[in-house]
Amino acid sequence: MAFLNNMLSKIATNDGHGENSPYFDGWKAYDSDPFHSTDNPQGVIQMGLAENLLSFDLVQEWILKNPKASICTSEGVNEFKDTAIFQDYHGLPEFRNAIAKFMAKVRGNTVTFDPDRVVMSGGATGAHETMMFCLADPGDAFLVPTPYYPGFDRDLRWRTGVKLLPVVCESSNDFKITREALEAAYQKALESNIKVKGLLITNPSNPLGTILDRDTLQSLVDFINEKNIHLVCDEIYAATVFTKPMYVSIAEIIEEDKKCNRDLIHLVYSLSKDMGFPGFRIGIIYSYNDSVVSTARKMSSFGLVSTQTQQLIASMLSDEKFIDKYVAESRKRLAARHGVFTRGLMQVRVGNLQANAGLFFWMDLRRLLKEPTVEAEMDLWRVIINEVKLNVSPGSSFHCSEPGWFRVCYANMDNETMRIALRRIKKFVLQVDEREVAAKKQTWHKDLKLSLSFRRWDDTIMQTPRMVTPHMMSPHMIVSPHSPLASPLVRARN
Amino acid sequence: MKMLAKKAMCNSHGQDSSYFLGWQEYEKNPYDETRNPNGIIQMGLAENQLSFDLLESWLKANPDAASFKRDGDSIFRELALFQDYHGLPAFKNALVDFMSEIRGNKVTFNPNNLVLTAGATSANETLMFCLAEPGDAFLLPTPYYPGFDRDLKWRTGVEIVPIHCTSSNGFEITESALEEAYKQAHKLDLRVKGVLVTNPSNPLGTTLTLKELNLLVDFIQAKRIHLISDEIYSGTVFDSPGFISIMEVLKNRNLTNTEVWERIHIVYSLSKDLGLPGFRVGAIYSNDDMVVSAATKMSSFGLVSSQTQYLLSAMLSDKEFTQNYISENQKRLKQRHDMMVSGLLEAGISCLKSNASLFCWVDMRHLLSSNTFEAEMELWKDIVYNVGLNISPGSSCHCTEPGWFRVCFANMSEETLNLAIQRIKIFAEATIKTINENKSQEQSNKNSKRKSFTKWVFRLSFGRETSER
Repeated sequence: MAFLNNMLSKIATNDGHGENSPYFDGWKAYDSDPFHSTDNPQGVIQMGLAENLLSFDLVQEWILKNPKASICTSEGVNEFKDTAIFQDYHGLPEFRNAIAKFMAKVRGNTVTFDPDRVVMSGGATGAHETMMFCLADPGDAFLVPTPYYPGFDRDLRWRTGVKLLPVVCESSNDFKITREALEAAYQKALESNIKVKGLLITNPSNPLGTILDRDTLQSLVDFINEKNIHLVCDEIYAATVFTKPMYVSIAEIIEEDKKCNRDLIHLVYSLSKDMGFPGFRIGIIYSYNDSVVSTARKMSSFGLVSTQTQQLIASMLSDEKFIDKYVAESRKRLAARHGVFTRGLMQVRVGNLQANAGLFFWMDLRRLLKEPTVEAEMDLWRVIINEVKLNVSPGSSFHCSEPGWFRVCYANMDNETMRIALRRIKKFVLQVDEREVAAKKQTWHKDLKLSLSFRRWDDTIMQTPRMVTPHMMSPHMIVSPHSPLASPLVRARN
Repeated sequence: MKMLAKKAMCNSHGQDSSYFLGWQEYEKNPYDETRNPNGIIQMGLAENQLSFDLLESWLKANPDAASFKRDGDSIFRELALFQDYHGLPAFKNALVDFMSEIRGNKVTFNPNNLVLTAGATSANETLMFCLAEPGDAFLLPTPYYPGFDRDLKWRTGVEIVPIHCTSSNGFEITESALEEAYKQAHKLDLRVKGVLVTNPSNPLGTTLTLKELNLLVDFIQAKRIHLISDEIYSGTVFDSPGFISIMEVLKNRNLTNTEVWERIHIVYSLSKDLGLPGFRVGAIYSNDDMVVSAATKMSSFGLVSSQTQYLLSAMLSDKEFTQNYISENQKRLKQRHDMMVSGLLEAGISCLKSNASLFCWVDMRHLLSSNTFEAEMELWKDIVYNVGLNISPGSSCHCTEPGWFRVCFANMSEETLNLAIQRIKIFAEATIKTINENKSQEQSNKNSKRKSFTKWVFRLSFGRETSER
């Protein structure tokens, strides 16, 4: 252990990485007791990780049929040397071309992308940090609509010193971003003497699973142009839009809006969600601002994509027939999965925000809360993890202003596990409802019976062996997908 | 209001330096044996291209590793999903074993203290974020790798204060130079957080002596600061004296698990030893758990592709392969090095005696029109544009004495190296002749006359060359 705290930097010793939050409990519970259909059928099912596992069979088939794409097979080894030496931060031209084409395809070819504006980064994680280094100085701020992906707290703030200011969105209008909310956040920053450098949106949204409609997008573009601030659009879930309404990318809006100052518009993309390749670290920055492209490209030295991976991806994405089939099939399977869950939950009167994208849904458990507070949400969350054995993500970790919402991931498991997860949720909700009904029936025996039922509720919480004392904590960030993961690659052989 | 961050608008990225400008010139007019025989030969890029055949034959013999298979079964899915910043255990185990092997197994490394990063570029930046605040300083012996100006300073706000080394003692680090640098930092009101050395050295190509290593340990103990040892070239040591790792020194001085032990950090990469810069495989090794912990989280910003981790874990676990590779690679490097040194000697040019790396530190002081950095720049431009060789001027490496150049020898075929040596020979002869002839000329005429004379000689020599083919 370092004997003096000032031997290391503040960044190294503070909590800016966000991983000391109690939300680790969910992941720890999963890591120490992971569900397995045969080996551990009572284990915790992972529903806190937004992974896309539904269409790997298609990719695997392609890999087998295309050995040349891997520079290390006998068919492809002639490319090995040139690929292994290539460290030009512009990236392999075929990689950039393939990415630009793929991005266009996923947006229905309503727009085209210029390969020369495609800049690599270490995943979207690296892309976001790099964007902040390019657009903001320490102490500056970016506005972010809530609820938002907890990783932003680390990615945008930790080493950059940039602040994140929430633009509060509410369930009363389906969490839409309103002009009033934007102005309120902006004004608040002004009053606190904080310089706002831009607005960050995720479209499709994590954790909501919704897409921004054309009017909202236009109003955002108007807003940032008026204030002369940047707009960073994280479109990492673009290909996961599985049903109408049609997806509209910011690229499309600025094609039509000739008044917009293009130097303010930047996209972040990745193949971690659309293709399900988070391990390959393929992050992309696409900016309409030449200086940003140039600077981000120099900064990409800190997180280039392995050329071995660039080569593979270039091959795969250039196979148009395969990609068309993959994207269509992936959407179909996501739609089906989404449908099964939402219908199942409807049966027990649990709603979710109506959504048409993402690898998760935004589940409404407000009516199960003892009271509309963050503490009650945390209590409920601990029961879900420890008793129901599902690792879901509480809304407060996404900075949601209203307690009772949970993000539930459903694309990272097979059909069998999905059925079990659904069964567990339904059973739990029914149990809670029964208790409620029982409690209500005995209200005229207030003193005695009510306290009993409350005790029963508390008992449920106390019984769970892995319980951590419920304590007040500030909604902070959830653990990163990059932290301890019970991957078979880690557990097996090594 | 300024639209972009200060970082985006300054030039701390260092890419306006001559080091990178030479590259640009090369890109515009690259040498090719058949298609562009008069083009510029790239000698400014420290790449190791000598042993690819060994890698390729391993790949042919091990098809599973390459095609996402283990024991014939596809593990594509698991790899594609694996984003755990602790890294693939099999890979880290294989990597620490490889690092041990390079050090003659005199030290062992714990894989739990290893953090994977996207290249040494990212490793060095990450260590700065972990060890220093904006405005703090690290001391670096000169000359040093030009990329450090970007990697250590740009986004971190950390400063570099040079430890001046001179040719008078073979550019070795001395106690007085260390103390001088430390004083200088204080004069500039900078808090010194540590020393960073590259061992073997870039651009010198020498390994640090035991004396220097002991000096460094004493120094950081006394000042209670960190020591980062960038050992990216550790596998390229081809001659005596051998490589002494900082860890070995600590072990031999019984300093294991003491206070100073935790302030030693090593940076490594497979870009030079295995010649795989495109794969972006870097690592930080630290004895301080907090540094390991913080650096691991930071590696989220630049993880190593799981596809690459898997391939290399299979390759580096093959001990027969690694042992053979390391020794064969060193043999070939020595042969190339000797070829360059003797070739240059015939041209009347000497190199700093070196035993490692992919380049030589070449002494061209006698070819300068004056003992100034302006003259060095003139000479460099001559060499790039008229001789057609992209070499790196010492000033880009922050050398305190003009006239030294870093010249790489491991990134081209033998034929190309021979051609490069021929070109230098002709140029050197002509230049010395002119310098002698022009000693009495006026300063203002000196440059243009020498350039045109050189051009004439160059054209003449090329004409002769092509007809000889």
